Amino acid sequence: MNEFLHMGGYAAYVWPAYGIATLVLLGLLVATWKGLRNAEATLKALESARPARRRTRNTGRKAAEQSAGTPAEASEG
Amino acid sequence: MHRFANPARFLRLSALLLPWCAGATVILTILGLWFSLFSSPPDYQQGETVRIMYIHVPAAWMSLFVYTNMAIAAACGLVWKHPLADLFAKAAAPIGAGFTFVCLVTGSLWGAPMWGTWWVWDARLTSVLILFFLYLGYMALVNAFDDPQRGTKAGNVLLLVGIVNVPIIKFSVDWWNTLHQPASVVRMGGPSIDPSMLTPLLVMAGAFTAYFLSVVLLRVRTEIAQRKIQTLRLAVAGGPAGDRTGDGAVNGTVTDGMRG
Repeated sequence: MNEFLHMGGYAAYVWPAYGIATLVLLGLLVATWKGLRNAEATLKALESARPARRRTRNTGRKAAEQSAGTPAEASEG
Repeated sequence: MHRFANPARFLRLSALLLPWCAGATVILTILGLWFSLFSSPPDYQQGETVRIMYIHVPAAWMSLFVYTNMAIAAACGLVWKHPLADLFAKAAAPIGAGFTFVCLVTGSLWGAPMWGTWWVWDARLTSVLILFFLYLGYMALVNAFDDPQRGTKAGNVLLLVGIVNVPIIKFSVDWWNTLHQPASVVRMGGPSIDPSMLTPLLVMAGAFTAYFLSVVLLRVRTEIAQRKIQTLRLAVAGGPAGDRTGDGAVNGTVTDGMRG
């Protein structure tokens, strides 16, 4: 085992290479995962704050103005 | 190909593909690490440092593969206004930059004991460094505009201009004198590398590809969600008038597709 870790005297080069690759790839994966979770949570909050969006768009300006008041505040968070 | 332009269809397809890509990543990574660290011999000249190759070379392949895919997506985005193509390029960029970074650092760690230097300004190393900066430049450019549509358009142009660097990287070792060795796997006359070293190389390349696919699927999902968020916020902020601005209309097609 020690011999394996020693890497024929090149441990100082081989292990950092594997370590940095692991760090970069895992870091990207974690950041991606967190980003997706965040975006999905925000989207859910926005959509539940404004459930009738499609209908308001079709029925025009008046309906949209009626529903625009509260969701604007809700979306700030 | 326009069948896949529909984000709703993409979300369903990606949900189907993701478990397979993730599973392949895990299995191929375990196999690849086993082959590259345990069951492959040390090199007769380079000793154990040859094991750096199993990270370095697949990372280099991925850096070119990802960039080429982004450039193809950029062309699709510019020519056909394909909304998912823009999102794909944006989603893939950090992964490509990551692979290029890994390639540069592991190359440096390999060069130090074998060449006696961490870095030389020769054709191969410099052109890969330029590739790294192209990735970073694209990421900065895309996010530099308030209007994401303009950002991706500018970024797509940069990607298409930068594609000239890809063949330069590939053939730099043949065109110029360099410390870097010439190609030994993808070359005329077949690979000149022993199967005991080719196997870990190819398995690791498979693992990196599966990793790329998994992460890029997740990132495209994130980008789609972010476009929807932006459209909703515009609609909330401006009422129906918000939808009449230029990007509101394009974003509208993305969100409508998801509800359909």
